[in-house]
Amino acid sequence: MNDVDPVALVVFLFFFLLVTVLGFLAARWRKVGSLDTLDEWGLGGRSFGTFIAWFLIGGDIYTAYTFIAVPATLYAGSVTGFFAVPYTIILYPIIFIFLPRLWSVSHRRSYVTPADFVQGRFDSKTLALAIAFTGILATLPYIALQLVGIQAVLDVMGLGGGEDAGWFRKDLPLFIAFALLAAYTYSSGLRAPALIAFVKDTLIYLVIIVAVIYLPTQLGGWSGIFDSAEKAFSSFNSDNADAIANGEASSKGLIPGMGVSQWAYASLSLGSALALFMYPHSVTAVLSTKNRNIIRRNAALLPAYSFLLGLLALLGIAAIAAGIQVSNPQLAIPQLFEQEFSPWFAGIAFAAIAIGAFVPAAIMSIAAANLWTRNIYKAYINPQATDAQESQQSKLASLLVKFGALVFVLALPKDFAINLQLLGGIWILQTLPAIVVGLYTRWLHRYALLAGWAVGMVWGTFAAYNKPVVGDPGSHFGGSVGPLEVFGIEISENLIYFGVTALVLNLLVAVVGTLVCRALGVGAGVDETRPRDYLADAGDPHVADDLDPIATPKGP
Amino acid sequence: MTDHTPPGRTPLVLAGIALAVAIVAPLLVWTYARRDPELWGIPFFFWYQFLLVVLSVVLTSIAYRLVIGHERQRRAAEGLSTGGKGGDAR
Repeated sequence: MNDVDPVALVVFLFFFLLVTVLGFLAARWRKVGSLDTLDEWGLGGRSFGTFIAWFLIGGDIYTAYTFIAVPATLYAGSVTGFFAVPYTIILYPIIFIFLPRLWSVSHRRSYVTPADFVQGRFDSKTLALAIAFTGILATLPYIALQLVGIQAVLDVMGLGGGEDAGWFRKDLPLFIAFALLAAYTYSSGLRAPALIAFVKDTLIYLVIIVAVIYLPTQLGGWSGIFDSAEKAFSSFNSDNADAIANGEASSKGLIPGMGVSQWAYASLSLGSALALFMYPHSVTAVLSTKNRNIIRRNAALLPAYSFLLGLLALLGIAAIAAGIQVSNPQLAIPQLFEQEFSPWFAGIAFAAIAIGAFVPAAIMSIAAANLWTRNIYKAYINPQATDAQESQQSKLASLLVKFGALVFVLALPKDFAINLQLLGGIWILQTLPAIVVGLYTRWLHRYALLAGWAVGMVWGTFAAYNKPVVGDPGSHFGGSVGPLEVFGIEISENLIYFGVTALVLNLLVAVVGTLVCRALGVGAGVDETRPRDYLADAGDPHVADDLDPIATPKGP
Repeated sequence: MTDHTPPGRTPLVLAGIALAVAIVAPLLVWTYARRDPELWGIPFFFWYQFLLVVLSVVLTSIAYRLVIGHERQRRAAEGLSTGGKGGDAR
């Protein structure tokens, strides 16, 4: 266990208090009316322009997962670790294509969540419930992942109490941090993470740029860094040659060598990119913008963060060259900062990571809370809910979701943060047919979509469950890629992301099911949207600037 | 702005091609999964993907110009406002 460094601790606490104060003050920032409606609390009044949206979406996508888990996988010698970069490259063209349509129809019909859209488009409360349920389920491990990021920082700072400490001592700082986060999210809604995102991203850019310029001068330049990493990996591979041959250990490397792992690399990139903008928190950030083009403009501006992410990932390799020895790879980057930088700069870096967890955790809990309120509470429990009741429900639900994420973290092994998130990714991908295909056509039948969703969810979960940890036969959740094998039939030995395979099965079932439903004459429900809704922009007739869920006509 | 004829689909097709290239290029892993040539000691595999980030920005920006131009024409032809209310500052 590390000793607490007073300078690093003071710098860390300073930034922590700064964002806490900002979080509470955010309730008054850009305020137009009362915060007692879901549009104000949960979507920041749908008023954010390009500049704020860039910080908010950036803060949303590049989370503590970015800072801890991505470099950690490269440090651990996983050849697919760098997939996060192509993933965030192809993400933006995809966003550019699909999300303006979702923005338009949501503004035209006052939808707050993706499940609202599915309800309006397919006229099925069950399908909307499935979408909302999946969104909440997939968001929980994602929030949990943010907690893992904070924990890694606290451990390295010496605040975690180490492995031997009791749970109270170990988890107390985390509880305090999360309680404050929950309090200002409760009072300020989406405005809090939007404001904090400025601090977070400024610190993050500063820390990464300094680290990427300074570290190579200390470690023999980039060629020195890559040479020592390759030496470390090849000596590991020759020391463990027998274990690797017997499948008891994974070989380490820098570049995906064979076709098998290249398939894993590509399918993880594609699957994760498709999954990301299905997540409720991405949709929440997108719907908070004030007109249709802001999201397109941001698709061209946000890759600045992808560049940063790539640099950060390389720090995982630099950590090997710096001789960092940690049994938990997720501690590699915090440990690197503590070892290579003076305490005050390490304090800034730790603050950047911790705040980097608060922003997405706040947005995610708001998004999950909106799903609860709109698609479960209002749809099933209290259809007559007023604006104030809706907003109150969301606030309470955001607290519950955060508590749920805490339980998630304490109940599951922490080493698999990235796999937890990838399991959520498998689930959320199964909502793609209803949402994305639904934006273009209503050809797929609502019950066929439901059947496809169920097949994708079950198959994906079982595939991930049955994947053993390397060197531990019979164990579970050992990763999110596997040879292409469906119901016992092996199709290819190439490693494919389970989410992508599940999505293909999902689509097949949806298409076949649609044909069956039509042949049987099952009712397809009434579409409340019109083709023009998908192209509407702010300022058009019937596109309200300040949406009022009660006054705006709903339903056909 | 004074042209009120509905626009053709050519700009949308071109924008679609630009975006498709930006999506497909990073997925062709075998085209860049190698060590050489290095740049400042960084293997090709890594620096090429940084280059892809820049390429993606360029292609997405081109698609943005094309789509916005098309949308302005369409909206003018339909008699809708072309700026987007409160037009966001560039």
